[in-house]
Amino acid sequence: MTLRQKLSTRKYQQKIIIITFLLVPMLLLIIFTYLPFVDMVKFSFFKWNGTSPTMKFIGLKNYKDIFTKPEYLEMFKTSLYYLIGSFIQIAIALYFATVLNYKLRAKNFFKGVIFFPYLINGVAIGFAFMYFFREFGTLDTLLTSLGIAKSNLPLWLGNPKVVNYSLASVSVWRYLGQNMVMFSGAIASVSPDLYEAASIDGANRWQQFKYIIFPNIKIIISLNLILAVKGAISVFEIPKIMTDGANGSSTFVLKTLDTAFTVHKVGLASAMGVILLLIIMIITFVQKRFFEGKEA
Amino acid sequence: MKKKNLAVLMCTVIVATSLIGCKGAKRTTNQSPDEIGGEITVITHRTDIIDTKMADYKKAFEKKYPGTTVKFEAVTDYETDIAIRLQTEEYGDVLMLPSSIKNTDFPNYFESLGTVDELKKKYDERFLYSKFYDGKVYGLASNCNVQGMVYNKKVFKEAGITKMPTTPEEFLNCLKQVKQKTKAIPYYTNFAAGWPLVQWQDQCWGSVSGDKDYHNNTIVHEKDPFSEGKPNYVVHKLLYDIVKQGLCENDPVTSDWEQSKVMLNNGEIAVMDLGSWAISQIKAAGSHPDDVGYMPFPWNINGKQYATAGADYCYAINTHSENKATARAWIDYMIDETGFALSEGSISILKSDPLPDTLKDFTKAELVVDAPATTENDGLFDVLNNESEIALTSDIEKKRIVEAALGSSGESFDNIMKDWNARWAQAQKDNDVEVK
Repeated sequence: MTLRQKLSTRKYQQKIIIITFLLVPMLLLIIFTYLPFVDMVKFSFFKWNGTSPTMKFIGLKNYKDIFTKPEYLEMFKTSLYYLIGSFIQIAIALYFATVLNYKLRAKNFFKGVIFFPYLINGVAIGFAFMYFFREFGTLDTLLTSLGIAKSNLPLWLGNPKVVNYSLASVSVWRYLGQNMVMFSGAIASVSPDLYEAASIDGANRWQQFKYIIFPNIKIIISLNLILAVKGAISVFEIPKIMTDGANGSSTFVLKTLDTAFTVHKVGLASAMGVILLLIIMIITFVQKRFFEGKEA
Repeated sequence: MKKKNLAVLMCTVIVATSLIGCKGAKRTTNQSPDEIGGEITVITHRTDIIDTKMADYKKAFEKKYPGTTVKFEAVTDYETDIAIRLQTEEYGDVLMLPSSIKNTDFPNYFESLGTVDELKKKYDERFLYSKFYDGKVYGLASNCNVQGMVYNKKVFKEAGITKMPTTPEEFLNCLKQVKQKTKAIPYYTNFAAGWPLVQWQDQCWGSVSGDKDYHNNTIVHEKDPFSEGKPNYVVHKLLYDIVKQGLCENDPVTSDWEQSKVMLNNGEIAVMDLGSWAISQIKAAGSHPDDVGYMPFPWNINGKQYATAGADYCYAINTHSENKATARAWIDYMIDETGFALSEGSISILKSDPLPDTLKDFTKAELVVDAPATTENDGLFDVLNNESEIALTSDIEKKRIVEAALGSSGESFDNIMKDWNARWAQAQKDNDVEVK
């Protein structure tokens, strides 16, 4: 076959189309994701302030610093609040997804209401809730009008014992809708015959959930759990905008940002970035193995 | 034949005139470097006055030098954006010299504006060293600021304060009086915005040390510069005490900068620690501009008060500019003729200009402008400041102090200072700095 003939076959034309279509997104991905990533890994072995033309190779010292000085890793403690928050979030989302799956008046409207926060920009949410939680803000006004004395209310963002709960609740409010939509999509794919058969057998709603819905959407739940853990570790927008890490609400990502752009230790910050990536990769891997094992 | 000649003649005329046209057009684009004329681009961080004040200056400048055109480019996130553009050659003709550029790099980016000896005839010598390298000046300050405290005169009067405080204890007593006798918030930290806390740092240099070498030459070699009695201790301790004794706003985490200006103007806030640039903004923020006063940091050395002063953003000329003469004319015009600094309530670098009206109450304090670092100390403060992660010039550790005072972190003030001393010493050791 000559080249011309080869090129005119369906198989080769398909390949050409695939390659040309993929070229642009792949190029963008390489330039804006993989190249900077390779650079970041490289920087993590250097002492560098981000602008200076000279970089000093220091091997693994940056990594050693992160693991020996407590002020870096203890930032992960804050993530626990968000992690617990996201478990609650998944439970609520599962509840709403199940309830809204049954015949209900205006169920699409309710789905929309719950999903809506996810569509709002994270920065806007941060600002809205900053006013919501501030002293004499929306929440205080609401609670005092319900008869609770102002003196009994904490400073929602000013009290270090409360601040992380306040922030985590914003996170729950924001991502609840996303979880719910994923769950209700999964629930919708369950064959209606099963419910019918179950109700003929006399199963109530809870039994239907336990024996039909839950086993069918187990994979989606596990996926959401993985996403929740990742989300909790890399929390950023909400504490950045609402408190800027004040009162013990700082997270590992905020600390990384300060390290890179306030004290100009770009090498150290890159190492922190690499560590964050590794942690997330390990968690994903472990969870995948765990859930795969269960299904087998 | 005649007709043909005529045609040739006409052609020549047409070609010749069009050439003249070309030449004329060329002159405006490729300006000869020594002539004033043509178009310049001025990049500024003052997005707020670009259509008002700046537009008027532009008109007057173009009238004074016919044939010139001034184009403005106002950049909101100035420091970050201009740092990126400096990597190209396209950063206007006149710009504000960004603070992130090290002085050793000045000659690569900017045109020298002259030596100190030349410039000090016309300008206040103390302010010429802020953008200075190798005997040459690379930036002239658009205006200069002094560091003090903005306070509300009416509130002070209501609280029965007759004598201005000159020690931290007196200052705290004043705030207590304000708290007892008026409804105003004694001190507003503006904790949420972050940067207003950094205003405290500037007090550590001239205002408390009274020494122009302290910032760039002394502290870098000092052993334990955060021990009791040292300038940084004094200043940060006052901040700590204000918060600890409940003399600040109730919920600092949700404080609001824009609102705080209005509140100080209306007498709902008594004091804020801010540079003199803030005075005119606070006066303009409400209907009581006459109540806004300015006082030196409450400290004195043998009865004499000092105040840190320094240059704000400096005008510089792009070294790649094709129209340097006009660029220089614009800078000279802005500094010498517009009275811009005074109109902003700031100090002008012109020797012939008086102190601005806003600083009328401030004449007792002596202004201390940081002296440049000696060659051996060049850039050393920044290195130690960043490597120790104390980052005095950022709000990170300031927030730590406020949080400690609020009782949310359980740390004591002296522990923080001990930690700073240890970190400073470590950074000095890592960089082989001689400790005296």
